[in-house]
Amino acid sequence: MEGEIVALIGSNGAGKSTLLMTICGNPHAKAGEILYNNRDITRLSTYEIIRSGISHAPEGRRIFPHMTVLENLQIGARDKECFNREVDRIFTLFPRLKERMHQQGGTMSGGEQQMLALARALISRPRLLLLDEPSLGLAPLLVKQIFKAIREINETEKISILLVEQNAYHALHLAHRGFVLVNGIITLTGTGEELLNNPEIRAAYLEGGR
Amino acid sequence: MEYFIQQLINGLTLGAIYGLIAIGYSMVYGIIGMINFAHGEIFMIGAFISLIVVLLLNSFGLSWLPAVLIIVLVMAMVFTSLYGLAIERIAYRPLRKSFRLAPLISAIGMSIFLQNYMQLLQGARVKPLQPMITGGFTLIDDGDYTVVLSFLQIIIIITTTIIVILFSFIIYKTQLGREQRACAQDRVMAELVGINVDTTISVTFIIGAALASVAGFLYLLYYGVVDFFIGFLVGIKAFTAAVLGGIGSLPGALLGGLLIGLIEVFWSAYFSIEYKDVAAFSILVLVLIFRPTGLLGRPEIEKV
Repeated sequence: MEGEIVALIGSNGAGKSTLLMTICGNPHAKAGEILYNNRDITRLSTYEIIRSGISHAPEGRRIFPHMTVLENLQIGARDKECFNREVDRIFTLFPRLKERMHQQGGTMSGGEQQMLALARALISRPRLLLLDEPSLGLAPLLVKQIFKAIREINETEKISILLVEQNAYHALHLAHRGFVLVNGIITLTGTGEELLNNPEIRAAYLEGGR
Repeated sequence: MEYFIQQLINGLTLGAIYGLIAIGYSMVYGIIGMINFAHGEIFMIGAFISLIVVLLLNSFGLSWLPAVLIIVLVMAMVFTSLYGLAIERIAYRPLRKSFRLAPLISAIGMSIFLQNYMQLLQGARVKPLQPMITGGFTLIDDGDYTVVLSFLQIIIIITTTIIVILFSFIIYKTQLGREQRACAQDRVMAELVGINVDTTISVTFIIGAALASVAGFLYLLYYGVVDFFIGFLVGIKAFTAAVLGGIGSLPGALLGGLLIGLIEVFWSAYFSIEYKDVAAFSILVLVLIFRPTGLLGRPEIEKV
C-alpha cells in the first residue's frame, strides 16, 4: 500500500534479504512476477528497477568507503539537478552528515554510516524504500534514532517502506503492517499491533530477544 | 652530476610513457579484478594507428607540427578506444560470471591474437618514422659532458601531464568518474544505486585504451620505430609499474611508471644496459615479497 511501512520479520536464513534483493533484480526471480506500480519489473536489470523509483539500503550499509560523504550522496542522487535540489533536505534530516561532509565514508562510525546509507537511498526521492536491517550492529540509543528517522521519512514524505528486521519488536512497533517469513514462505500477516500481541510471535521473535 | 641529470631527464620521459599504460592496468583491475594482459597490445595498436595517421597527414601535405600532433593524438585515442571497447565485449564480458581464471586466460589469448593480427595486417618488419621533432635545450655544457633536454622530451612530459590532469579531473570530479570509482569499490552496491555497471566497465576500458594510445604515440615519437611485438615487453613493464604503485591505485600507477622508468634508465647508465629488464622485473619480485599491496595500494580491510 502506498505510504505504508511494511515490516518483514523472520529468523536467520528465512529469505528476507534475498526477497529484497530479488525485488531489485539481483538475482532475478526464477518464477512468479514482481509488480511495482502495476508494472511488471521481474525481468528488468537492477539499475532500471532502481531508476524507476525504488531505493535499496542493503544489509551492512555498504556505503562507498573510499569516497567522501558528499560523493556518496552524489552517487545516490545520480544527476546534478537532483543532488542540488535534494541535498539541503537530506542535511536537515541528518545534520550529522553535514558536519562530516568531506570525511571518507569508511572512516565514520557505524551509526553515521547507517545514516549515510539511508541518506544515499533517499536523495533520489524514491517512491519505495527497501531497508535491510538498519539497526544491525548499532548501540540501542542509535537504533532508536534510526527508527525515529525512518518514521519521520515515512510521515513527512509519504515514502512507502519495506523494512526487514531482526529486531522484531522495534520493527512491528513502527510498521503499519507486518509479515512473518519462515523458510521463504509467508506464514503470518497482520497489522503491526496484531503481530506484536500474537502469542506465537511473542514466543518466537520477541520474548527474551529485544 | 651532469651525467646524473641527463639520466634523470631520460628516466622521467620513459617513466611517463610507462605510467600512462600502467593506469589502464590499474583501472581495469580495480573495477573487474582482472589483469588485462591484452593492454600491452592496445598500446602497440595505438602506436600503429598513430603511425598510420602521421603518414596519412604527411601525404595530404599537412606538416604544421602542433596540428599534426593534436590530430594524431585525437585519432589514435578514438580508434584505439574502439579496440578497447571491442576487446571487453568479445573476450571479457561473456566470461564475467564464470570462474576468476577464465577471463585471465581469455586476456592472454586476446594478447596473442592481437599480435598476430597486427603482424598479418602490417607485416613483421620494423616500421620506422622519420624524426618529427628535433633539437633541444642544452642545459649544461662544461666542455666535457652536455646535458640536453630535447624538445621531444618536453613534448612527452607536457602531453603526459595534460592527459593525466584531464584524466584525474574525469575520475575525481565528474559523475562518470564517481560511478567508475563506485563500481570499483562495491559493484553490487553500485547497481543498487542505479548505476549501469556494464556501461561503466566499458567506459573504463575506453579510458584505459585512450591513455595507452597516447603512450603508443609518444613511444613512436621517442623511439621512431614500431613493430607488432613492442606491446609485450612494454606492457609487462607497465604492469610491473602498476603493481609497484599498488594495483588498483591510480596515482600509484603513475608513480610506479615513473619509478620503473627511472630504475631502468639508471641501471642502464651505471651498471649494464643488457640487464635493464632484469632490474625492472627484480623490482616486481621484491615488491611482491615485501609489500604486496604496492607503494600506494590499500590493503583490503573488512569493517563489520
